[in-house]
Amino acid sequence: MVTYIIRRLIWAAAMLTIVSIVTFAIFFLVPRLAGATPESLATRYVGRTANAEQVKIAAEKLGFYDPLVVQYGRFAKGIVAGSEYDYGPGVEQCPAPCFGYSFLTRLPVWPDLLDRVPVTMSLALGAAVIWVLAGVATGVVSALRRGSFFDRAAMTVALGGVSLPIFFTGMASLVVFSYGYPFEITAPGGSFTPFFENPVDWAYSLILPWITLAFLYAAGYARLTRAGMLETMNEDYIRTARAKGLAERTVVLKHGLRGALTPILTIFGLDVGLLLGGAVLTESTYSLPGMGKYAIDAINSQDLPKVMGVVLFAAFFVVVANLIVDLLYAVVDPRVRLS
Amino acid sequence: MTFLELKDLRIHFPTDDGLVKSVDGLSYSLERGKTLGIVGESGSGKSVTSLGILGLHKGGPAKISGEIWLDGEELVSASAEHVRTLRGKKMAMIFQDPLSAMHPFYTVGAQIIEAYRIHHNVSKKVARKHAIDMLDRVGIPQPDRRVDSYPHEFSGGMRQRAMIAMALSCDPELLIADEPTTALDVTVQAQILDLMRDLQRDFNAALIIITHDLGVVAELSDDILVMYAGKAIEYGTAEDIFERPEHPYTWGLLGSMPRLDRERTERLVPIKGTPPSLINVPQGCAFHPRCAYEDRTGGKSTTEVPALLESEGGHLVRCHLPRDVRRAVWENEIKPNLEAS
Repeated sequence: MVTYIIRRLIWAAAMLTIVSIVTFAIFFLVPRLAGATPESLATRYVGRTANAEQVKIAAEKLGFYDPLVVQYGRFAKGIVAGSEYDYGPGVEQCPAPCFGYSFLTRLPVWPDLLDRVPVTMSLALGAAVIWVLAGVATGVVSALRRGSFFDRAAMTVALGGVSLPIFFTGMASLVVFSYGYPFEITAPGGSFTPFFENPVDWAYSLILPWITLAFLYAAGYARLTRAGMLETMNEDYIRTARAKGLAERTVVLKHGLRGALTPILTIFGLDVGLLLGGAVLTESTYSLPGMGKYAIDAINSQDLPKVMGVVLFAAFFVVVANLIVDLLYAVVDPRVRLS
Repeated sequence: MTFLELKDLRIHFPTDDGLVKSVDGLSYSLERGKTLGIVGESGSGKSVTSLGILGLHKGGPAKISGEIWLDGEELVSASAEHVRTLRGKKMAMIFQDPLSAMHPFYTVGAQIIEAYRIHHNVSKKVARKHAIDMLDRVGIPQPDRRVDSYPHEFSGGMRQRAMIAMALSCDPELLIADEPTTALDVTVQAQILDLMRDLQRDFNAALIIITHDLGVVAELSDDILVMYAGKAIEYGTAEDIFERPEHPYTWGLLGSMPRLDRERTERLVPIKGTPPSLINVPQGCAFHPRCAYEDRTGGKSTTEVPALLESEGGHLVRCHLPRDVRRAVWENEIKPNLEAS
């Protein structure tokens, strides 16, 4: 068990390193291959009004004349240990993890990112609770009443949920619920309220995004649960459970659902990990200042350090989610422990 | 009063292809402390019958008719909830493949504890003690440690022992074993059969053993019921079936049974053909397309369903061949071949 955990941890660290290399390559190697010079890269850091001389100085200071490996080393060191920026008159300390400074605001990226975390986390985790409860419950009932009206209706709605994009369901929910017709459940002030400031306003500000996001995912979970339950309810051990004289409810929930839970848990971990890196569409639709919105704004303004920061941070969540899923797997399925 | 009695039990499953008559008019009886062996090929309805007794045949809209009397209670007309309270307590079942029949995510102990606590209002601690006792009883070494093992950590034989411990945890009066040794090694098979015989004696339960292997029932059974296409075709004491079998199908089963005392050069004689589809059961005697003596019935076997008639002293046979012909064939044609060694 301990070696298993250590192995997974090493794997996670390796994964993050690879992601950082790829990210770095996308922003520094690929442009060079496409013909960009150190000067043209530096132009983005100094603004449009700078003359050739200033650009050259900037490129020098940013180390763009160094070999790419050295540049990557500096980049990685910044994340792990922090770095110093020589901006001419003095030296700026950028504590770890340092992703650099925003072109636009000239503020370090990391504290900015951290500010976005509560929003995205509230959105993702709240929606996750809703979609798991709704999706799994629907899937179980559908499987038990296979072919019934409920089953067909639920699976049709689920198909809709999977197919309809957020920017449709989100907009539709805004039209129906936000402009005072027929009733209004938008956030006070139309934006996010931190949980610790006012839990009621927090929930109020997130209820529509939660439902919109949960609808998309619940649909998939309902289908997954239904398929899993149809399979496990045919297993021999279900017949054994019934032969013991267990009540049908216990047979379904304790024996059937327990058997169908493993793949659901896997997908759940990955979905939540992915969402923690930003629910781009939902956040944009509802103007929630989360990581997804941050990423979109950064891309639109070509704010390179921000983009790199958000990509790496999102990758971090995915890798951590993967790690947690792997560890939970051993808890959920005792057969995994041996291997 | 007979402990278990089935009267004209029918279990039919409507499917898209037609009505599947898994069990079609089956009657038998069994006393406490006695063992009944039910023998037949796959699809002869032997498992469905037992699931029907436990009320577990409902894999869909199954239609069940007839009567099942267990200790003075009729089960076919009883409410599902009432039958559920009898399951595990009054009647229990041992399944074929203990690996798939036990939940892979719960420990063996947890599954026995669960079975015990359904019917006994006791604390987990008391139930755990009972589970350890049961594991000890079925011959599992270090039961106080093995109780916390998962099914995949047991060997096949140990798993089947644990399965038996689970079935016996509530001291059932009727125990049904569905192919209890099919998934096991031959050496382990004998151990499990010995164990079941000992336990049956200790618990004084009525035991039904379902199998396709005559060798298994030969060891344990008082009575033997041979099933074919949902019907009983021969029913008698173990002695009747092994010493004086009268149905050509039973002869076939005996002939295809490997025996140590037979010469090695001699080949097993399989029954020709395959079991019939239960949707299109052959007209007349369901066995006639595979029967070597079909021509001696005067054409009756292709048109008329033979009745299950008493041959002698409770020995029932469903065959158109006259009794004297059957006996003569057995004595002169079949028996000498089986015993040639």
